[in-house]
Amino acid sequence: MREINEMLKKKVSELLENGTADRIIGWQAGEFCYDVTPAVMRKDNLDELFYNGFCGANQSKYLIQESLEEGKVLALLKPCDTYSFNQLVKEHRVNREKVYALGIPCSGMLDVDKIKALGITGILSIEDNGEEIKVATMYGDKTCKRTEVLQERCKVCKGKEHKAYDELLIPDEDAPEVPNGEDRFELVNKLEAMTSQERFDFWRGELSKCIRCNACRNVCPACSCRTCVFDNDNSGVAAKSNADDFEENMFHIIRAFHVAGRCTDCGECSRVCPQHIPLHLLNRKFIKDIDEFYGEFQAGEDDTAKGPLTAYTEGDCEPSIVMEKGGEA
Amino acid sequence: MQVNETNTVNTEEKEFTPLIVAFCCNWCSYAGADLAGSSRLSYPANVKIIRVPCSCRVNPLFILRAFQRGADGVILCGCHPGDCHYSTGNYYARRRMTLLFSMLDYLGIEKGRTRVEWVSAAEGAKFSATMNDFAATIHKLGPNRKLRDLRCEK
Amino acid sequence: MQKIGVFVCWCGSNIAATVDVAAVAEAVKGEPGVVFATDYQYMCSEGGQSLIKETIKEQGLTGVVICSCSPRMHEATFRKTVEAAGINPYMLEIANIREQCSWIHKNKEEGTEKAIILAKAAVAKLNLNTPLIAGESRVVKRALVIGGGIAGIQTALDIAEAGYEVDIVEKQPTIGGKMTQIDKTFPTLDCAACILTPKMVDAAQSEKINIYSYSEVEKVSGFVGNFSVTIKKKPRYVNSDLCTGCGACMEKCPSKKTPNEFNMGLDNRTAIYIPFAQAIPKVPVIDTAACLHFKTGKCGICQKTCSANAIDFDQKEELITKEYGAIVVATGFNPLKPTKFDEYQYNQCADVVTSLEFERLMNAAGPTKGVLLRPSDQSHPKKIVFVQCVGSRGQSCRDHSYCSKICCMYTAKHAMLVRDKYPDTDVTVFYIDVRTPGKNFDEFYRRAVEEYGVHYIKGMVGKVEQVDGSLKVQASDLLSNDQMVLDADMVVLATAVEPDPTAKSLATMLTASIDTNNFFTEAHPKLRPVESPTAGVYLSGVCQGPKDIPETVAQGSACAAKVIGLLAKDKLLSNPCVAHSDELLCNGCSTCANVCAYGAIDYVDKEVNDHGKREVRHIAVVNEAVCQGCGACTVTCPSGAMDLKGFANRQIMAEVDAICK
Repeated sequence: MREINEMLKKKVSELLENGTADRIIGWQAGEFCYDVTPAVMRKDNLDELFYNGFCGANQSKYLIQESLEEGKVLALLKPCDTYSFNQLVKEHRVNREKVYALGIPCSGMLDVDKIKALGITGILSIEDNGEEIKVATMYGDKTCKRTEVLQERCKVCKGKEHKAYDELLIPDEDAPEVPNGEDRFELVNKLEAMTSQERFDFWRGELSKCIRCNACRNVCPACSCRTCVFDNDNSGVAAKSNADDFEENMFHIIRAFHVAGRCTDCGECSRVCPQHIPLHLLNRKFIKDIDEFYGEFQAGEDDTAKGPLTAYTEGDCEPSIVMEKGGEA
Repeated sequence: MQVNETNTVNTEEKEFTPLIVAFCCNWCSYAGADLAGSSRLSYPANVKIIRVPCSCRVNPLFILRAFQRGADGVILCGCHPGDCHYSTGNYYARRRMTLLFSMLDYLGIEKGRTRVEWVSAAEGAKFSATMNDFAATIHKLGPNRKLRDLRCEK
Repeated sequence: MQKIGVFVCWCGSNIAATVDVAAVAEAVKGEPGVVFATDYQYMCSEGGQSLIKETIKEQGLTGVVICSCSPRMHEATFRKTVEAAGINPYMLEIANIREQCSWIHKNKEEGTEKAIILAKAAVAKLNLNTPLIAGESRVVKRALVIGGGIAGIQTALDIAEAGYEVDIVEKQPTIGGKMTQIDKTFPTLDCAACILTPKMVDAAQSEKINIYSYSEVEKVSGFVGNFSVTIKKKPRYVNSDLCTGCGACMEKCPSKKTPNEFNMGLDNRTAIYIPFAQAIPKVPVIDTAACLHFKTGKCGICQKTCSANAIDFDQKEELITKEYGAIVVATGFNPLKPTKFDEYQYNQCADVVTSLEFERLMNAAGPTKGVLLRPSDQSHPKKIVFVQCVGSRGQSCRDHSYCSKICCMYTAKHAMLVRDKYPDTDVTVFYIDVRTPGKNFDEFYRRAVEEYGVHYIKGMVGKVEQVDGSLKVQASDLLSNDQMVLDADMVVLATAVEPDPTAKSLATMLTASIDTNNFFTEAHPKLRPVESPTAGVYLSGVCQGPKDIPETVAQGSACAAKVIGLLAKDKLLSNPCVAHSDELLCNGCSTCANVCAYGAIDYVDKEVNDHGKREVRHIAVVNEAVCQGCGACTVTCPSGAMDLKGFANRQIMAEVDAICK
């Protein structure tokens, strides 16, 4: 990781120096080292640029605004970010010409809650080197295994290939191995196997935690509307908060429906949810259904393919398939 | 908040008559409903039809809204695939509704509460039979408790 | 706030018997906006309509709800009524309390209750209605026909006959299409050239028809009545104005070894060539891939030979942009090339030919001057096997699933012609089914079997083998369940009809839809067979699906009738219930355009004023003349920027709310 950081710094200053781009979206640590957010940097504050296992934030959504500004912006895209990037380019939300995409390798992002759960607290900094993570804490140095503290979404990594880039920091084939994919539909399958009442209880339990902070919406690269339908007074459904169970359900059903066929399964929604609602399980249900009903589809694989909800075949299954194939009654 | 079904279903005095909203496309199904009418083929009076130009006009929000306000079942009727007045509208509707219904099922909503049927302008008998059948299904499922605005409770 | 009048119709006893109409009128009086409610025996009668008109004036109504029969019955009538009284025809809603209420419910209490709810839903919707005005657009009184085969020619002639200008764009050097290559036509056996070439001449001589031969459509924009089309004229290297069509250049051309497309490669042509004697225009084209001048720079004999000085090696491609009111697609077909059907040895054996090649071998203007000779050794074939359905009605990836429709008949024709001309020839036809619907078609086929002694065997050919200059055909007879091996001197493959390869790119340009086989889709399979779903784009001939000549001509004329109907109008009124995008909400994501079957949504960079902030945004704009109002776009739009006038999100939700109260 240190090596990659060095290479990255060198490459970025080179690109800013030679005018390829005039600014970069990097990451900035907050009060805690694991509290990392994307930030725009220029030549003068490049020293602050770093890249480690807490730089999970998907930068592609920030490019919507950045690509409207003067000059070219340098984006650091992890392989999974490039899917969202493609999707945004396809939907004309990101002006491709205003972005210089530098593909950076990723060997999985870390979940600080999992580190804390191991009893490692008072975290000051981490050294992210391969299989072992060294954590400097107020109580001395600790170590933990990378596989133990990976973010859930990274366990079902889409792979190390960048789907879009202008340049790669290191060729994809030379990039470090990514955590090997588990079955991303495992939990969806588990839910589907429950009875209807159990599922209802599960989701009520989860969705009733929703405080409608809109973090999921704000971070989601597919939720990129200028004005959300829930903020549009003319839509008839505008609401700032959930007044009851129904509205908790509706907000999340509609949000998932609006990103169906466009969601790249980046997992940001669940990562940022302060209530730890597994929102990605709603998106993944749509992804699983789309794969099953209409053939495998990965949003953001390229920037041209027609999304499954803007396409059809004459022989598509009927909605009654839900009666046969859907979850237990 | 969790709703315990067994406590609420049987406490009502009146016999349960389900409220059903039927979205019908103007060109086939609405005409099919008219034909059911002119052929005097009855179906329950609590089936209320809303005319839309095409099945593809039906937004999932409309369906959720109906449930929110107290509908017990929502049915969408359109031209048979291949016969859409706008050539492709019902194909999009079919995908949207398949995914929406699957999601509602996933959230634990009873899966019989939503349905799509293709009814042509000539199928008055099918329209009536479909509505009778759907009303019976909803009757069996009982009132919609899981997907409604509880403030609407009287 | 609206001032709404509600009129409840008795429809004699049709409604009044099961619905308490007075109770309905009474019940809606308290609804928001309702200032007047009454019932009347027959709302659609003159008395009823006068009542509506008078009330509108007396009460100063802004909208009207009529509780009556289906809007499919009298919506148009009542729109006119309210318009006559000075309110916008779209400020009217109808509650269907007859077909969807009184006629199906026997219990009056139940019927009345439902009628009240339906009336309230209509009031709720009307409260959100806004006046809608149908747009107007002009009609350019000129049509473009893409493709100059028999379909395109027929359409062009008919449109020209009605007095409108027509341009034909033909990609080949001559008009005429596939029919020029055909020898005789079924079921009458008259010669194709004799009936086609006079029409070609008519087209060329018509003052109203302008032919762009050796040209292609490059770009299409605009919409019904107002298309703008860019046509690319490919260089012929011969000045059409100077050329007299004498043909001296062709005689002198030293490059004589190019396979002649017109004769299906069965003989050769020169580098400068006129496809066939009756070509229109009769102006040669230089094939630059074969011409020595273009290849080596050394020749130029044609230029020296031409006494009219018509040869122009420097001719350049030319782009012409013109406006049209209507566009006709008549791009026709190509027969499938059976290169993937190895079992028939088409690639390996010269005596295995396609039907169109066979057509040329039988044609007096063909490579053999009409004498049937085997391509391999120029001998008379004594045994000919015809194989039907090559590439049609199949399941594998090299096959088409559809029936090509014309093969049964032309094969019967070939078999009959061979037996007629060479009675000593043995002719066998292998078929899956013989399909002969059509006037005098079955009689024709039966004549082939009964009078001409053609052997028809139900079964498919499994393999053709070349043995000592002759062919062995392995086949199965499905009726006797026999495997058989036949000797043959020639095998003729009835290859499938395929849409022209340009269909797909053209469909994209026109935003017309095509099916999975690349045939153009009609607006309605039964009721609008010659219109494409895109307004102003019409379909003529095989581009829409396999057809024989009489059907093609019939469709060509039908298509012309539709075009004439459009061009006869000075202005087009559009349905005002169309989609509309809120420019401040639009993300410009183009998802809506992806589901629009009509290509009605364009993306433009437009300056918008977002609460005082001016900026240029890439946003969707609906072309109201093209939008048909289905609403597919409204649901794909996540932000709700796209909405449908007359069936707006809030209006439908208001109905839902009223019903679920």
